[in-house]
Amino acid sequence: MAQGIDPIHQFQLHDLAGPWNIAGHEISFTNSSLFMGIIVAVVTLFLLVSAARGALVPGRLQSIGELWYEFVHNMVKNVLGHEGKAFFPLVFTIFSFVLVANMLGMFPYFFTVTSHVVITATLAVFVVALVVVVGIAKHGLGWFKLFVPSGVPMVILPFISVIEIISFLSRPVSLGLRLFGNMLAGHIVLKVFAGFVVLLASMGLGGIIGAIAPLGMAVALTALEFLVAFLQAFVFAILTCVYLNDALHTHH
Amino acid sequence: MDPLAAKYIGAGIACIGMGGAGIGVGHIFGNFLSGALRNPAAAAAQFTNALIGAALAEGLGIFSLVVALLLLFAV
Amino acid sequence: MSQSTMVVAQATTTEAPAPAAAEEGAAPAGEAGHTTESTGAEGGHGGFPPMDAHSFPSQIFWLVIFFALLYLLMSKVALPRMAAVLEKRHKAIESDLSKASALKHETEAAIQHYEKSLSDARANAQGIATETRSRIAAEIEAERSALEKTLSAKLAEADSRISATKAKAMQDVHEVAAETAAEIVSELTGHKVSKEHAAKAIAGLKG
Repeated sequence: MAQGIDPIHQFQLHDLAGPWNIAGHEISFTNSSLFMGIIVAVVTLFLLVSAARGALVPGRLQSIGELWYEFVHNMVKNVLGHEGKAFFPLVFTIFSFVLVANMLGMFPYFFTVTSHVVITATLAVFVVALVVVVGIAKHGLGWFKLFVPSGVPMVILPFISVIEIISFLSRPVSLGLRLFGNMLAGHIVLKVFAGFVVLLASMGLGGIIGAIAPLGMAVALTALEFLVAFLQAFVFAILTCVYLNDALHTHH
Repeated sequence: MDPLAAKYIGAGIACIGMGGAGIGVGHIFGNFLSGALRNPAAAAAQFTNALIGAALAEGLGIFSLVVALLLLFAV
Repeated sequence: MSQSTMVVAQATTTEAPAPAAAEEGAAPAGEAGHTTESTGAEGGHGGFPPMDAHSFPSQIFWLVIFFALLYLLMSKVALPRMAAVLEKRHKAIESDLSKASALKHETEAAIQHYEKSLSDARANAQGIATETRSRIAAEIEAERSALEKTLSAKLAEADSRISATKAKAMQDVHEVAAETAAEIVSELTGHKVSKEHAAKAIAGLKG
């Protein structure tokens, strides 16, 4: 590891207000909380401003807002069908929150909310818990047939059921860790390459010339990270839809 | 062996798992591309599925990266 | 291991000269300068912020608050407005389309009407033309037959006149011949031959 260059420092939390305590738990307002507030403000203001004019022929801003809306709308409609209408605001909220969190994280000196495992894990657990609640509310206890596929011989049914249950329980883990890992790894790699640039540039003329290569790499990685930031938000949202589909329509 | 060295070696070994994820993602997009070239009309509808598959495969690689990071920083 | 000289991090511009965050439990003494560090977040244990359990309650707390706030803002304010805008456009397009199709139907009806009247007029004109043609032809025919009738009448009259004239001329020729014959005979013989006699002789000659 490069001595003295700390790619982890960007994930540090600072108390901005507090310390406050509730029931022995510290709930200080940190930079992470601040950026969550910024996300809410950005998403809300953007959508309100883009919908404010309501022009028949949309301008640029309104086009982006409508594109955003229709993107999630089509996603929900395609995966969940007509019954999924009730979940559209939720999926939209999840998608927008994650997308804007990822995108804000791409700005230098900005904090990436989704690079903390507790945030992504909370979202993932929330989604899977919602799937269970909706599934049981809609199908009663019959929803648990999800874990007992029909048409499987009795002999191997227990094994299949165990596998199904494990695969279901691994959903929140994979859903949360995927987003967290992508954001964390991307930002660390970016910072490591940026660190190489600084390190080499401090070594005099030869180092400055040599620093061009990691600089180019950092630029390319930044582009890749923008793609990943969008893709992970998309994947999180569409997997939410796919999991909710299990709750709404049990195919087994 | 120095425990610190063992930690770093372990982190390096854990990162090998990401290679598997790379193979998996490559398989998915390669097969998607060959399918898309055979039947371009159906390609657009299946791109979402390809992305989901790639995300699922990539997630497993990310797990190994998380293990490596845990070894480096958290343990 | 962390005698840091440079800090490459997003959130720490103001702390550039200060040592980088704690790493591997080797938090340097300079940490005291950081008044805003999460209390004890990088304390004794490791210090990998994304996995530091100490900060979990705070993050979950604020995530729940802001996520719920965002959900409420989206579902109650932003998305209905967006949907209203899209619905408005949808309706406008729909009504425009229906208006356009109505106009198109109207146009088609007008075209049909026009074509119908055009073909009517054409048929009418054709009728008038044929009628006129047949009328003219009949008139011509009538005139011609009348003309032919008068012509043939005139012809017949002329024929009869010619034959009468011819018959009279023949008569005259006989008379002249008889007279001439009587004259010739009287000149030659000195006999007086009567006209009737000569005529009888000529008639006998002819026979």
